[in-house]
Amino acid sequence: MSAAKNINITLKIWRQKNAKTKGGIETYKLDNVSTASSFLEMLDQLNEQLVNDRKEPVAFDHDCREGICGSCSLYINGRAHGPDIGITTCQLHMRMFNDGDTIFVEPWRSKAFPVIKDLVVDRTAFDRIQQAGGFVSVNTSGNTIDANSLPVPKDDADKAFMAAACIGCGACVASCKNGSAMLFVGAKVSQYALLPQGKVEATERVLNMVRQMDEEGFGNCTNTGACEIECPKGISLENIARMNREYLKASL
Amino acid sequence: MAKSALLKSSIGKKYWMALTGLFLCLFLVGHLAGNLQLLMPNSQLQFNQYALFMTSNPAVKILSYLTYISILFHAIDGILLTIQNKKARPVAYAKSNPSANSSFASRNMAVLGTLVLVFLATHMTNFWAKMHFDKSMPLMTQTIEAAPGMKSEYYVGRSVGQYYQVDQVKLPGDKEAEAGTPPKQLEVKNGTDVYNVQANVKVGELYKDLHKITFDFFKSKNKLFGVIPNEGLLFTIFYVLSMLVLAYHLWHGFQSAFQTLGLNSPKWTPTIKFLGKAFAVLVPLLFAIIPLYIHFTK
Repeated sequence: MSAAKNINITLKIWRQKNAKTKGGIETYKLDNVSTASSFLEMLDQLNEQLVNDRKEPVAFDHDCREGICGSCSLYINGRAHGPDIGITTCQLHMRMFNDGDTIFVEPWRSKAFPVIKDLVVDRTAFDRIQQAGGFVSVNTSGNTIDANSLPVPKDDADKAFMAAACIGCGACVASCKNGSAMLFVGAKVSQYALLPQGKVEATERVLNMVRQMDEEGFGNCTNTGACEIECPKGISLENIARMNREYLKASL
Repeated sequence: MAKSALLKSSIGKKYWMALTGLFLCLFLVGHLAGNLQLLMPNSQLQFNQYALFMTSNPAVKILSYLTYISILFHAIDGILLTIQNKKARPVAYAKSNPSANSSFASRNMAVLGTLVLVFLATHMTNFWAKMHFDKSMPLMTQTIEAAPGMKSEYYVGRSVGQYYQVDQVKLPGDKEAEAGTPPKQLEVKNGTDVYNVQANVKVGELYKDLHKITFDFFKSKNKLFGVIPNEGLLFTIFYVLSMLVLAYHLWHGFQSAFQTLGLNSPKWTPTIKFLGKAFAVLVPLLFAIIPLYIHFTK
């Protein structure tokens, strides 16, 4: 890998005061950005510059900065989490960009994810879907059995684990031309449907989660496969197919 | 209590898209098999017999009503889904790079489907409606040389060996015979029935000439709307372009239907995707060859 250098970039960032005001794209020049810095560090650098200029810093979501919490979002140059695959925005580095580049930074666009401020969107729609059925109601009052006493085939366990790797970041919704949340819901339905503990409530779960998903105003999947490619955790379209099977089974 | 909504829910609507779409794929195969007869030499009688079978057999009737319903359902369901999908993203991205993660066909199914529907409307007006409702649909004739140098035109009856000399049969639109000429002995009623005029008895049935309609359509030298010359060429080009649109629609649609119905597995999906792409290329290509053959040969 080549040594880090400094680049000058132009940023076109969506600024919006709050959920009620109309936003717009603002242009910022940012010089001396190290290619070794992460994208979020670059935004920190921009905010420092804005604060020094006595301007309002850009609001954006971030937390763990190691690709596991699902907080960071950002639609960068026309792609969720920017121009690389299998990463969150905090894992995107400025070495992916060149000196003189213009970079568009926008919030997730979805009716179900309203903008709170600038690049921060309200993703509680995902929480409500999860609350509608993404759990196992087990009586834990003193007689819980050891999880390992239930035999689970290795293949099923692996698939359930891969589905459970979903961090709920919303990149699937953001990338989907239909604003569909089916990869997220498919993963959440799958992680339980594949395991014996989840099978007990499988029927209710899929019906309730899909109903909540529809009520939140997400679009309908047309199998373009964009979500699967942009998902930082590599959640597969197989999970949507599994949700479709589960929904059909639950409906008949 | 959780309730399923097989018609209203997002996934329910998708099932119907997939099921009607796959049924229409089957229809395409049947329709193509019928059309390919047009490429065979001297296929006129065979094709018209086939057309008669397809418009009169009761089993085919059930299938054709299923097809009409599927087309309507596929279109209406598709429109409803597309409206919801547009509503799901009220503010568009200022910069979008969709080709980085999805194919052209997969992103444009609604547009492609609408174009297929436009083609279908013209196609059904030009052939299906004529076959079903056109009272002046031409009847099949053959030139037969009864004796050396004695060629004349005969209507072909549905029973083997039945022929009626064209100038002895009165058609519904014909004028009354001129004074001095003998009145015609035979008359066509109800579109295809041949009656003996004097006895008023049905003596035979004729074939509607869909073969001629098809060949005339793609070879027509008439001016379209009275201005654009050589409309047969335009019809041929329009047909071929429509098949290209259909190919794109199937390129994504075939395998997408399986995914929607939950049939996705590492074992079978590569095969389904390959079959879908082969289907998307082969079926529209074979359809498109037919008007090209008719227009540019013979």
